[in-house]
Amino acid sequence: MTLHSPASISVSPRLAASDITIGYDRRVISRELSVEIPDGSFTVIVGPNACGKSTLLRALSKLIVPSAGQVVLDGRSISSYKAREVARVLGLLPQTSLAPDGITVADLVARGRHPHQGFMRQWSPADEAAVIAAMDATGVTELSGRHVDELSGGQRQRVWVAMVLAQQTPLMLLDEPTTFLDIAHQIELMELFTDLNEQGTTLVAVLHDLNQAARYATHLIAMKDGSVVAQGAPSEIVTASLVEEVFGLRCVVVPDPVTGMPSVVPIGRERANR
Amino acid sequence: MSRVDFGSRTAVLRRGPFSIRFRMRTALIGAALALATVVVAVLALCLGDLPLSPVDVVSALLGSQEGLAHLVVFEWRLPRVLSAVVFGAALGVSGAIFQSLTRNPLASPDVIGLSAGSYAGGLIMIIVFGVGAGSVPVAGGAIIGGLLAAAAVYVLAYRNGMHGFRLIVVGIGVSAMLEALGVYLILRAKLEVAMVASVWALGSLNPVGWAQFVPAVVVVAVVFVALGTLVGPMRQLELGDDAARSLGSRVEPARLWLVVCAVALTAVVTGAAGPIAFISLAAPQIAKRITRTAGIALVPSALVGALVLTASDIVAQFALPDNLPVGLVTVVVGGGYLVWLLIHEVRRRR
Repeated sequence: MTLHSPASISVSPRLAASDITIGYDRRVISRELSVEIPDGSFTVIVGPNACGKSTLLRALSKLIVPSAGQVVLDGRSISSYKAREVARVLGLLPQTSLAPDGITVADLVARGRHPHQGFMRQWSPADEAAVIAAMDATGVTELSGRHVDELSGGQRQRVWVAMVLAQQTPLMLLDEPTTFLDIAHQIELMELFTDLNEQGTTLVAVLHDLNQAARYATHLIAMKDGSVVAQGAPSEIVTASLVEEVFGLRCVVVPDPVTGMPSVVPIGRERANR
Repeated sequence: MSRVDFGSRTAVLRRGPFSIRFRMRTALIGAALALATVVVAVLALCLGDLPLSPVDVVSALLGSQEGLAHLVVFEWRLPRVLSAVVFGAALGVSGAIFQSLTRNPLASPDVIGLSAGSYAGGLIMIIVFGVGAGSVPVAGGAIIGGLLAAAAVYVLAYRNGMHGFRLIVVGIGVSAMLEALGVYLILRAKLEVAMVASVWALGSLNPVGWAQFVPAVVVVAVVFVALGTLVGPMRQLELGDDAARSLGSRVEPARLWLVVCAVALTAVVTGAAGPIAFISLAAPQIAKRITRTAGIALVPSALVGALVLTASDIVAQFALPDNLPVGLVTVVVGGGYLVWLLIHEVRRRR
């Protein structure tokens, strides 16, 4: 008999890293790191520069291979999947991407259909529907025929998000999606991610802005020196002592006046001395 | 017509499990280029010491002409004209692959040392081993030389990944050294051998007959078929390695095979006809400008290459006082284009 009380049922999540050691060349960034991405969550990874958060995201998306341990996707090691199989389950918005010159918005978004296409199937009704839906969700439909190089930074980033959306994956990883955008475009994009998350996509993002992370994440992972320092709901883990431990920054954490989520206010040098 | 606005008229064809989407502009320009190439090729078959009318040429091709016309068209002119078409297409595609992979319009086999490697390899065969230009050993020497030069440039330019600009700088250096080697070999050779070698080294379709054409076209055909499976990954690689990988492309093997195909195309043409300059540099960019595709497209590059080389060979044979090697014409056409491109690039970077 294998009866469990509901509390003891532990369903393993679709995406997790178990005891992975990752780095570049011979430089190890994280040793024996384990994280689980809760299904249906909007997980945000935060931490100071060079703490290994982007490296972790790259390992989760099979861009780099751990030298020890494994990333598990749907119950088996991600390295046992073909590249195309992974691309049907897990989409990635890379930190840097290049649009070929002269490409139009719709053409770029359509590139996201690649993992679903083949020699015979180059533009099926499903491909078309996915591209239309992705452009609609990101509000770029009216830019559809424009050249990507003519767009503003905010519009361009929405086009790249549309490309990843067109991939129609249940899991989506975002590597610093709001860097280089002004505050209004950052918020617009974060709200778009929240909508996607509410429609059922599991999201994992690396973010720099702690307040945005606390406001939009449903699950927060704080990293320092390649290790996870704390993880959980932002309202439970974002405290002044955690921020000081992770970022070395003295601050006050107050409720955000709009959402009531924790909001970090730095103390700064001069005022701290008073 | 497509329900999605791709910015230009886009047609969709679907039948059963098959579906494809293409830009009308690319298709129409492609058809026009193909037609122009056929017209120019027929014109090339008409011209020569025995002028023939297009009607004579077509009936000779269909086998209803006997005697001299048949001999002239089939044995003398056809291999040369078909070579111009096929070699032009091969060079155009080779350049397109390098320009796409490096995202740099200057990164053609001419610039990055491949052509110089094939040139040196072919010259060594002609001068040191004394074989005739256009023979199989020369082709083999050119292919080996091209591959060795490609490997050398790759190793010298590789540092945490391949970057277009470093590839070009190293390639120019390697080219200069190999060309110096070529000059040295020619200076040391006997006069008759040096003359044969010099003509070959300019790139000429003069020595090309069926014996040179058939093996070369087999290699080109095999590479083109292989490219059919690589064109998808090539499109994805334009988005950057991370995006290509996350969209399910196997980046390293795809890039390696694309380079191998591009090297093989340039080397096999050089082996048969010598280093014909600048087609691989100019054709992809001309194709991009007239079709306005996103990135570099292979088929239009092939068609432009075929048209430019076929037309250049007519100019080389008939429009100039002497029967000059076609390489001289393409150097002038392509060289002028290169100057324009450099000026354009400098202005754009400002």
